[in-house]
Amino acid sequence: MRYKIAVLIDKTVTKIILAIVLGFIVGAMALAFAGYNPWASYSMIFSSIFSSPQNIIQVLILTMPNILTGVSVAFAFKTGLFNIGGEGQYLVGAMAAVIVGGELNLPPVINVIVIMLAAIVAAGLYGALAGYLKARFGIHEVITTIMLNWIALYLNNYLISLPEIGVKNTAYSIAIKQNAWTNILNNWKNTAGGQAFLAHHQTISTILFGTDINYGIFIAIAVAILIWFILYKTTFGYQVRAVGLSKNAAEFAGISVKRNIIMTMFVAGGLAGLAGALQMMGSLPHALVTLATEPGYGFNGITVALMANSSPLGSIFTAFLLSGLQFGGSTMQMNLGAPSEVVNIMIGVIVFFVAVASMFTMISEKIKNRRVKNAD
Amino acid sequence: MLISIVLAISITLMYSTPLIFAGLGGVISENAGVVNIGIEGMMTIGAFAGATVGYYSGNPWLGFLAGGLAGGLLALIHAVACITFRADQTISGVAINFIGPGLALFLSRKFFAGSTMTKPVENQIPTLFGSFAAKSSNLLLKAANVEMIVPIAFAIVLIMWFVLYKTNWGLRIRSVGENPAAADTLGINVYKVKYLSVFTSGVLSGFGGAAMTLAVVNYFTQSTISGQGFIALAAVIFGKWKPHGTLAACLLFGFAQALVVLLGGSTSKIQIPSSILSMLPYVLTLVILVLFVGRSTAPKADGVPYVKGH
Repeated sequence: MRYKIAVLIDKTVTKIILAIVLGFIVGAMALAFAGYNPWASYSMIFSSIFSSPQNIIQVLILTMPNILTGVSVAFAFKTGLFNIGGEGQYLVGAMAAVIVGGELNLPPVINVIVIMLAAIVAAGLYGALAGYLKARFGIHEVITTIMLNWIALYLNNYLISLPEIGVKNTAYSIAIKQNAWTNILNNWKNTAGGQAFLAHHQTISTILFGTDINYGIFIAIAVAILIWFILYKTTFGYQVRAVGLSKNAAEFAGISVKRNIIMTMFVAGGLAGLAGALQMMGSLPHALVTLATEPGYGFNGITVALMANSSPLGSIFTAFLLSGLQFGGSTMQMNLGAPSEVVNIMIGVIVFFVAVASMFTMISEKIKNRRVKNAD
Repeated sequence: MLISIVLAISITLMYSTPLIFAGLGGVISENAGVVNIGIEGMMTIGAFAGATVGYYSGNPWLGFLAGGLAGGLLALIHAVACITFRADQTISGVAINFIGPGLALFLSRKFFAGSTMTKPVENQIPTLFGSFAAKSSNLLLKAANVEMIVPIAFAIVLIMWFVLYKTNWGLRIRSVGENPAAADTLGINVYKVKYLSVFTSGVLSGFGGAAMTLAVVNYFTQSTISGQGFIALAAVIFGKWKPHGTLAACLLFGFAQALVVLLGGSTSKIQIPSSILSMLPYVLTLVILVLFVGRSTAPKADGVPYVKGH
């Protein structure tokens, strides 16, 4: 029995669940310290998500970029690279989407595809730049990607200040043309037939008009599955994982480590950039906004990937968990006044306990050893 | 002309000082073999604690010390993860970068009536020549009237250089970072040296944050610490993991920041968009890393967890 527990504690899934539980416990302690009822606060977080169809859709919209940045970080992790550059890559993707989508006016579906490709290539190159600096000069990607994040942020603000891209005297850029909006039933809802139907279906009407409901989440999930396929079913994926497991062995087997580092960062950047493009096409104002701080999706991606143990498919679920927590955290603050930063502390604690997963291995070994001692 | 040069120097010093403290934090931690990506988070909690204690006590020095203590306490979490539990040091550092700002904003709401911005600290850290220089008509004296933490930062650079290279303690720290197994066989308590180094690293980073809120600006908010911790880390690499090298690198980054201020001023003759100017320190960091990183090497066992008896 004790041995079984020891083995169970050492399993990856158990370790992650334990880390999440510990995150919730520390969060509860922080809430209690601040004078709020942890139980009431947590139930507010969960009930608010499911309290209305709009809220569920709001969480889905929040989840989309987190899935993609999560898969981006997870993919880079497989090569042993730590992509903290999701923020910048997301922004470069968004910028490419707005520059291309603000000018082009192709037929609906083609327009969306062209914008997605432009964003993937632009952000992919931005990611590959960090990969190149790592491969060629050995500069740690954590430092380069952080610097590139800030550069992208100021580039975003600079673009908005340009007369060609920014809208004069506002904090916004020009918007993407309607043909490239990915909102569900976007044209139909304004037709006479649509209006007549929606007049009788209040719930559907509030969803279509009251939220930015869009196809992004489906694309994100499909891409996560595609990345899983690339990682585990293709030669490129095999090479990526081989480099991550042992650089020397991979090199010995004829895999170019440097080329793989650059390629991996291209894919990772492209994924985060796709999130930026889908956000621009799917959500109001369909334009860039002047930023004072990073939008946060890149950092969310780190948490998503760590909680999922770098599994692309697992990232889908952990992205939902994270987005739900963040959405619920803000409603908790609105309704109870409890500080939403508790969610950030919880996230930090979860990441911390994922980092010290070896702690659980040690506990597991202690239990096993005690069993051996008892047997003696 | 002379005035603008002196002004440039004083602004450079003002912006370099937080970086110097944090950079020294990076130097001591990495010399003992622990990578500290969490400097940013430790600076943030230090900046918050500095502003809060400075505001409530009215004593900036008390605030400064509180900032150091807060950074040190957060660093202990990193130490437990990296040293005792042999965690992935990069991931643990990322966790610190979540916990630090999260905790700072959380506590800010508690101490400042629900606001994520602290109230302005009235008593800032005093300047070198005090009000005497402020009243004086000598512009040179005015420009040279830097905050007292500037000479303190320089003094700590000197102390750390002396400790690391001229004392037994420094030899212990460096040997633990280079070859912990050999250090262990010589009777050095590897874990203790690492713990102390990481704690000191946090204290220095916290000082850096507090320098930001008690000397550069006078309040704490979400964006007070925005990348300085990472720039300090880049400075450590550029400075070849040495205190004096890191000082030089921090001065360079401070100068880039000073250029942003000087060129951004409305009186300047060259008009550069402010967003492009703001990019300068980050672009400069990248360029410098490209030019110099190949020529510097980290302590051998930097980032490698030490397991006794392996």
